[in-house]
Amino acid sequence: MCSLCGVLGGRGHWTDTSSHPEAFTHVEQPTRRRERQERTRLVNTVLDHYGLSLSDWAGSSYVLKTKTGQTALVENLTELWANAEQLTKHDFDPLDEALIDSLAAKAAR
Amino acid sequence: MGEYAALIPINVVTGFLGSGKTTLLQRLLAAPDLKDTAVLVNEFGEVGLDHHLIESAEESTLLLDNGCLCCAVRDDLQGALRDLFSRRERGEIPKFERVVIETSGLADPVPIAYTILAEPVIQHHFRLGNLVATIDAVNGPSQLERFPESVKQAAIADRLIITKTDLAADETVAALTASLRKLNASAPLYDASEAPGPTALFTEDLYSSGDKRAEIEGWLGEASHDGHDHAHADNVESFAVTFDEPLDWTAFGIWLTMLLNRHGENVLRVKGMLNVIGVADPVLINGVQHIVHPPSHLAGWPDADHRSRIVFIVRGIDRARIERSLAAFNGLANPTQVLAAPAPIRLAAQGR
Repeated sequence: MCSLCGVLGGRGHWTDTSSHPEAFTHVEQPTRRRERQERTRLVNTVLDHYGLSLSDWAGSSYVLKTKTGQTALVENLTELWANAEQLTKHDFDPLDEALIDSLAAKAAR
Repeated sequence: MGEYAALIPINVVTGFLGSGKTTLLQRLLAAPDLKDTAVLVNEFGEVGLDHHLIESAEESTLLLDNGCLCCAVRDDLQGALRDLFSRRERGEIPKFERVVIETSGLADPVPIAYTILAEPVIQHHFRLGNLVATIDAVNGPSQLERFPESVKQAAIADRLIITKTDLAADETVAALTASLRKLNASAPLYDASEAPGPTALFTEDLYSSGDKRAEIEGWLGEASHDGHDHAHADNVESFAVTFDEPLDWTAFGIWLTMLLNRHGENVLRVKGMLNVIGVADPVLINGVQHIVHPPSHLAGWPDADHRSRIVFIVRGIDRARIERSLAAFNGLANPTQVLAAPAPIRLAAQGR
């Protein structure tokens, strides 16, 4: 369900390769599970900068959690960022220099 | 292409008041290629359309809770499209194969795109086709300087058409052309007097069965032109960035969704051809503000240059920061988990 408009159904999110197999001529098609694992791992590297975490929920949704225990159920990456901003009342800006420096430092480790 | 390509395409014709939208449609709809086309108009103008399937839709917008104006479902359009499809399925109207929406002169086309791509019923039957913008050679230059609506219509368009060129001085047309190129370098630009046909304007798009190479070359060839001169009302500029090393799709999706969440109102268009790690063919991405089309692919690389190239049309966003940010996100992906390990990403701004 789309948490913004509250309606069921819809095409898979544009970031899901399994929802758009025709667009990805994979040399080696990753499984949906592996794709979700990798997405969760990478998102957590970013969310760590803000003190949040994400976990996969039954292979169908994700649970976003703050350090104080507030949670939100999100379906996809678009919903993730909107909910993260709502929960924390902070801007999640990928162009923020502090975030870029933090991610670059993590990548260099 | 898969099932997305089989959906009924919807073309949007936008353009400022009196810029010749209806005159253009009048000509195009007479072509045999568009005989099975339903037309939705926001308002009936002075020029009448003689077409067998014309519906009127009152302009009204249903704002969603997130309050973003571009992510608003146009409930007039929602109702009109659902009704049109329902009557088509019941056999009450001809089985149209395409829909053309003519917007009102001051309309923002993005909520129309959002309605088509995100409305749960409509997205199962329709897809967004080319967005065509008309710009009047006589009044267009001053409209671009004074009205942000006019700038946005031209900036997000897939096809640009300069109308009334016979009424304007050659130097005025040349200056308008240059201004539009700075605003939207990647959209093919036509002179209405040369009568561009329905194939060029409507039927050939990113999801049609035809060869998409010309479309992509248009995006990427012209996009190397940097639009840093602000000769218009809204500080819009277009630029292209080139990535030497392959991109990790997961990291890219995280980055672009985060960027569009925070800056979507100022990212008028983003489109590109990506070299994705582990994927043989180029992956095509195409977004309008907060909305991203389903990805598609090009069958094989057009040439020996396999670098990822992304075109941005933005308002007040620094190119260097986009490059650094995407490089940092891409660097997070562990290449050993995907396929071959690429060298650390190195970015180079494409430009002259």
